[in-house]
Amino acid sequence: MMRLELVKRPQRSMLFSALSPFIAFALTIIAGAVMFALLGVNPLTAFNIYFIEPISQVWQLHELAIKATPLILIAVGLSVCYKANIWNIGAEGQFILGGIAGSMIPVLFPQFEGPLVLPLMLLLGMVGGAAYAAIPALLKTRFGTNEILTSLMLVYVAQLFLDWLVRGPWRDPQGHGFPQTIQFNDSAVLPELMPDAGRANWGFVFALIAAVLVWILMSRMLKGFEVRVLGSSPRAGRFAGFGLNRMVFFAFLLSGALAGLAGISEVSGAIGQLQPVISPGYGFTAIIVAFLGRLNPLGIVAAGLVLALTYLGGEAVQSALGISDKVARVFQGMLLFFVLGCDTLIHYRIRLVGLALTRPEGAAKREAAPKLKEAR
Amino acid sequence: MDITVNILLTIATAATPLLIAAIGELVVERSGVLNLGVEGMMIMGAVGGFGATYLTGSPWIGLLAAIAMGAVFSLLFAVMTLSLATNQVATGLSLTLLGLGLSGMMGTSFVGQPGERLPNLYIPGLTEIPVVGRLLFGQDPIFYISIALTAAVMWFLFKTRTGLTLRSIGDSHTSAHALGIKVIRYRYLAVIFGGACAGLAGGHLSLVYTPQWVENMSAGRGWIALALVVFASWRPWRVLAGAYIFGAVWIGQLHAQAFGIPVPSQFLSSLPYLATVVVLVLISRNKRLTMMNTPASLGQPFVPDR
Repeated sequence: MMRLELVKRPQRSMLFSALSPFIAFALTIIAGAVMFALLGVNPLTAFNIYFIEPISQVWQLHELAIKATPLILIAVGLSVCYKANIWNIGAEGQFILGGIAGSMIPVLFPQFEGPLVLPLMLLLGMVGGAAYAAIPALLKTRFGTNEILTSLMLVYVAQLFLDWLVRGPWRDPQGHGFPQTIQFNDSAVLPELMPDAGRANWGFVFALIAAVLVWILMSRMLKGFEVRVLGSSPRAGRFAGFGLNRMVFFAFLLSGALAGLAGISEVSGAIGQLQPVISPGYGFTAIIVAFLGRLNPLGIVAAGLVLALTYLGGEAVQSALGISDKVARVFQGMLLFFVLGCDTLIHYRIRLVGLALTRPEGAAKREAAPKLKEAR
Repeated sequence: MDITVNILLTIATAATPLLIAAIGELVVERSGVLNLGVEGMMIMGAVGGFGATYLTGSPWIGLLAAIAMGAVFSLLFAVMTLSLATNQVATGLSLTLLGLGLSGMMGTSFVGQPGERLPNLYIPGLTEIPVVGRLLFGQDPIFYISIALTAAVMWFLFKTRTGLTLRSIGDSHTSAHALGIKVIRYRYLAVIFGGACAGLAGGHLSLVYTPQWVENMSAGRGWIALALVVFASWRPWRVLAGAYIFGAVWIGQLHAQAFGIPVPSQFLSSLPYLATVVVLVLISRNKRLTMMNTPASLGQPFVPDR
């Protein structure tokens, strides 16, 4: 019988730090090939449909940007949380609340038009997302309630709340009973970047700006240092005078605001109205994006594009091969698994060893002796 | 009277999956491992249970398949967190995400297919006793398993030497390791037990609760089970009480919807989730209770330095 043994590296390996996302991606491709083969599809054909065809034309690149926008925006915020060892996993709910809050203007005041509409909507979206994220932050700081569970429970509440709004008070009276709000008026729709080439809108620019700003915050400013210190050693952070409670609020409000911005950008840009479901799980996929991007905002931009491609690929294999588009979820889950596994290589060397029980007593002792000397 | 009995029976049916999944997770967390993948293992158990029943025609084989599915799926988490020392929170999340995707893909052809329900227990004479007969002798087999499991885990954790060892690992893996206890091996077994329980809980959903396959049919129950463990401050009998309180909330809101109470159904549907938040807040306000019972090395990776 064999088992794995981890040997701590004296310092983190720069090589594997850079390589691990790529190794993880390669492993995902291999596992994906096995999966397609099991489904009775030639893996090469499937990969061509999944990863190549969806981005072979310019308008498709625009679709990629549309899918990547919410993923990048949310993941950039989450990366700050996770760096600080604060576990906001309710971004999906904050996304929805952002979408709802921002939509108040075009839904409740449809006559209100002009250049002020969009900035107000975006602002309201951010406020909505941040306010919703403040709930788990408040409960954590005030009562010590586990933020993982509370932030997640609020996702279900947000989904049901949106469902009620679009079926009840906010339903379009002229919508033939369909559960949706009115179409937003022109000044409430995020303009497209290059209307002639494709549908991509200004949301993608917001995502890039957010990534750069958070990158500067994290690597060039004291706040970023505070996040990292509190994340790796809360005790050291306390000695330095950094408040953990303030950090919880900072991380939740920032990630909530970005998730809210993602929500209103999606509603006003890609959809143009509120519907019962406005997200195919962006808030959860963004968790994968954050880790695949190594919790680094610039890495997250790349990772967001990769994960956006898994969505497009999922739709493509569904229409071309009749495979469920859930295949996208599987790819995303596998990718996160492999990323986390490969990250072990940064801190540890992995050795395969035979089980110690099968070795003679003396051998183990002889091995142990030099170890003791080392330790001294 | 009949209505009361029926309501009690439905509460038991709603509470059973929560109880089983939470009891499994309780053992896992007592060993010092935080597996956030309960929802994923549960949904895999549900699809495995339904699939095996659909293919073989026997819900009993489905039951075994659900357990096996949960256990095998949890092994993935065990290898990652225990052998590769990955972050437990992130790995558990990815287990849930993967489970939701994988189950959706595996279950595509099961959507809309009629399922087969595990038969209720029926003992001639006993089951016919008015009121208590059906409550005690007329429920589904998994109900009895859930009660037996709770008692067994209680006995195991607090009355056996192995249980004591398991708890000591959860409180300090370094000390346990220094005493020569095989920390990693214990944790592997605990995680697999938790996976089997979550799988069984999922099997209950697709073989008893609603005998059919619906995507995402676990509807957050795995997460509520995780909350139950915290609520119960890691004590089995409190998990039992908590599961039945939540079962009552779940059934209560369904009945309220059926009665046509003038409150939007979405608000009623969100009650179990809101109740979870409220309960978590109430329990975490009591610092002493949570601090004393939380396994001290919960969620921390352990790498033996030989």
